[in-house]
Amino acid sequence: MSFINYSSREINCKIVYYGPGLCGKTTNLQFIYKRMNPEARGKMISLATETERTLFFDFLPLSLGEVRGFKTRFHLYTVPGQVFYDASRRLILRGVDGVVFCADSQLTRVDANVESMENLRVNLREQGYSPEKVPLVIQYNKRDLTGTASVAELHALLNTRNVPEFEASATTGIGVFETLKAVIKMVLIEMKKGDR
Amino acid sequence: MGRDLFILREREYEAFLSVLRKLLSDACAKIVFLVDKNGTLLASAGDTAEFDTTSLASLAAGNIAATGGLANLIGEKEFSILFHEGERDHMHISVLADRLILVVIFDRRSSVGLVRLRVRRASEDLARILFSAEEEPEGGGVIEELTDADIESLFK
Repeated sequence: MSFINYSSREINCKIVYYGPGLCGKTTNLQFIYKRMNPEARGKMISLATETERTLFFDFLPLSLGEVRGFKTRFHLYTVPGQVFYDASRRLILRGVDGVVFCADSQLTRVDANVESMENLRVNLREQGYSPEKVPLVIQYNKRDLTGTASVAELHALLNTRNVPEFEASATTGIGVFETLKAVIKMVLIEMKKGDR
Repeated sequence: MGRDLFILREREYEAFLSVLRKLLSDACAKIVFLVDKNGTLLASAGDTAEFDTTSLASLAAGNIAATGGLANLIGEKEFSILFHEGERDHMHISVLADRLILVVIFDRRSSVGLVRLRVRRASEDLARILFSAEEEPEGGGVIEELTDADIESLFK
């Protein structure tokens, strides 16, 4: 749910990074955190286990400058990717304005990607959203590794809506900001269309 | 809950602020803040400079969401009040009108009983302001007027 504060002149939106376990959602946020101007970002919070697996969520607030005299603030969240954390994923999707689906390009993770995308659809529906309409961007991560599925193959399996898609290597930052920019654009365009 | 837009206007913001300031003083609290259930800070009162209010808002909402999930598992709709006791500072978190979260941080100068009592009254006032805000037609212009060039300018 986008939130406009006329008093502080701010537009706030929530973006969630979704995807299977170890696909690189947290790494995306860590790279954004490292590269953003400190004045444009808040503190990154990671609720993780001792082995640095996301337990509940990561959170990174960003300020991206002004449009029409309003500051734009984007709250980036990740979900825990492991299958058994489904209840937490559902909670984090509440009030979401846009989703980045981070896919793991490795051949061994193809099934996990498909399962996670299906889980995203189910959970969006459960939160009252139409999975076909929520602003969505797909990122094919880990393109730098060997033993990866082709983009065409991943596209056929995951991108049935034909939404913007990006190849990425989140550890080196390739594709990270392109993905973020695309989802932010989609969120703002959707907000404009959806205003009552 | 589906997609929608929540607009907070100057008038409601000031009204929220005035209730929060009164609560701060009546409850002898250090800080009070109002957050929506998605973790966005709406208004705060007290000495907020020493706290990262954005993170506090997000974690308070996460906290309510997680305990709400627990509540559902045992057949409760929600745990509407949470209390966290620290060595020095304590935190009282409550849900109001099913939409907003009121957080009060206090120390030994106050007590959980006093905070609960004052929060109850403040919650009624805050809910009334929220409902009156929702009765007004939405809009306000800024979103409708956004152009592609505006959106593009964010990335320059």
